[in-house]
Amino acid sequence: MAANESYPEDLLYHPEHDWARIEGDEAVLGVTWYAQDALGELVHYEPPTEGATVSKDASYGEVESVKAVSDLISPLSGEVLEVNQKVVDAPETVNEDPYGDGWLIRIRLTNPSERDELLSLDSYKQVLAEA
Amino acid sequence: MQTLRRTPLHDRHVALGARMVPFAGWEMPVQYEGVIQEHKAVRADAGVFDVSHMGELEIEGPTARDLLQSTLSNDVDKLEVGGAQYTLLTNDDGGIVDDLIVYRLGEFHFLLVVNASNREPAYRWLKERELRGSDVRDVSDEYALLAVQGPRALERLGLEPAKPFTWAMGEVDGVEVMINRTGYTGEEGVELACMADDAVALWDAVLARGVTPVGLGARDTLRLEVCYPLHGNDIGPQWDAISSGLGWACALDTEFTGVERLRQVKAAGPAQKLVPFVMTEKAIPRQHMTISPADGGGPGTVTSGSLSPMLDIGIGMGYIPAERSAAGTELVIDVRGKPRRAEIVKKPIYKKERA
Repeated sequence: MAANESYPEDLLYHPEHDWARIEGDEAVLGVTWYAQDALGELVHYEPPTEGATVSKDASYGEVESVKAVSDLISPLSGEVLEVNQKVVDAPETVNEDPYGDGWLIRIRLTNPSERDELLSLDSYKQVLAEA
Repeated sequence: MQTLRRTPLHDRHVALGARMVPFAGWEMPVQYEGVIQEHKAVRADAGVFDVSHMGELEIEGPTARDLLQSTLSNDVDKLEVGGAQYTLLTNDDGGIVDDLIVYRLGEFHFLLVVNASNREPAYRWLKERELRGSDVRDVSDEYALLAVQGPRALERLGLEPAKPFTWAMGEVDGVEVMINRTGYTGEEGVELACMADDAVALWDAVLARGVTPVGLGARDTLRLEVCYPLHGNDIGPQWDAISSGLGWACALDTEFTGVERLRQVKAAGPAQKLVPFVMTEKAIPRQHMTISPADGGGPGTVTSGSLSPMLDIGIGMGYIPAERSAAGTELVIDVRGKPRRAEIVKKPIYKKERA
């Protein structure tokens, strides 16, 4: 079942509809409810390899629905510590729980000050209002 | 910006929460609940598609048969009144202007159901070749067309089975319909043509009978699983009908536009062939990706690709050099810079398990 529309308060957002949950010097990344809804049911997740470097505003992987392919844009720069294997095996997990079980990668931040450039919930809602 | 056309069922689609997208100049539902769910509903039970965007051309007159025999690839004389036939409108090179179904309404009267994107080209093509005593008319706006497909489609509609590729007049819950035993999903079912004014009543009646509304997204994955080509993707004017695997729809013993070229291709063998394939690695092929035999040989192109909802693997069709086109041949597909393995298979990609 697809999740109901929601945008948690405690996340930082990227205008390309990606989120970050910062935990110390690490961050967990995923896509927002809006992104998964626009794509439809996800059927493939092409993750980065663990140990790879991801850069803020650059693609770190792809998700695909039956009809569309979408780049995953990293909100922050870092090194990939962990890929969510559950999403590799069952990509629809992102549709069911985009902020919980549907997380995509965990990274170690290489430039923590980048967080200042990300959007708060209120600012992201502005982006959604204009989408 | 060009205004998109709407079918008589537009408001019904919106009310159902469909995601509407531009398609061939029309605003059409790509999905209601989800492509995979709708796809499986058609394979397991019954689904209804609004295909009113497709074009309908009527050819009438004492020389209607002559016009069609000289422009369509299949043998119109094999078509009796009450019958339907899959056929091609071909150009001088044997390329495919459109693929269509022709219904024989009477001895001197035919109905052609053509692809939405080819409604004008097909109409012009035939109009320019009109003979004395054959009238070509575009009647698309007068009709709505609903495809009801799936193993329980007939039962849900209260219709008796009939021979594939036949048609008869009938009614569904009081709406007069032309019941065509045709479809493009690989499932049993019908295509119902009705007057445009009756479309809403027919749609409501079909849904009330428990048939699932299905969008163009699933229509595409359903036809791809059974290897039915899509004009504009897998077939078109640039590929001759033999290379496209549609030699079976070409009566080479009749005289039609491009037949000489097709006879040559048939005799010499085509240089490339349209083949179905499945991914043997996790990846989804997409149109325009490069596809090459693993052991070398010229590259080809993916013409259609998707995830198969029934098999849960990437599937597709594409053109491959003929000498490397046998089933079992290993392929490599360039998936946005990453090589991914696939294998040529026999048609259809998805085969129903026999109960």
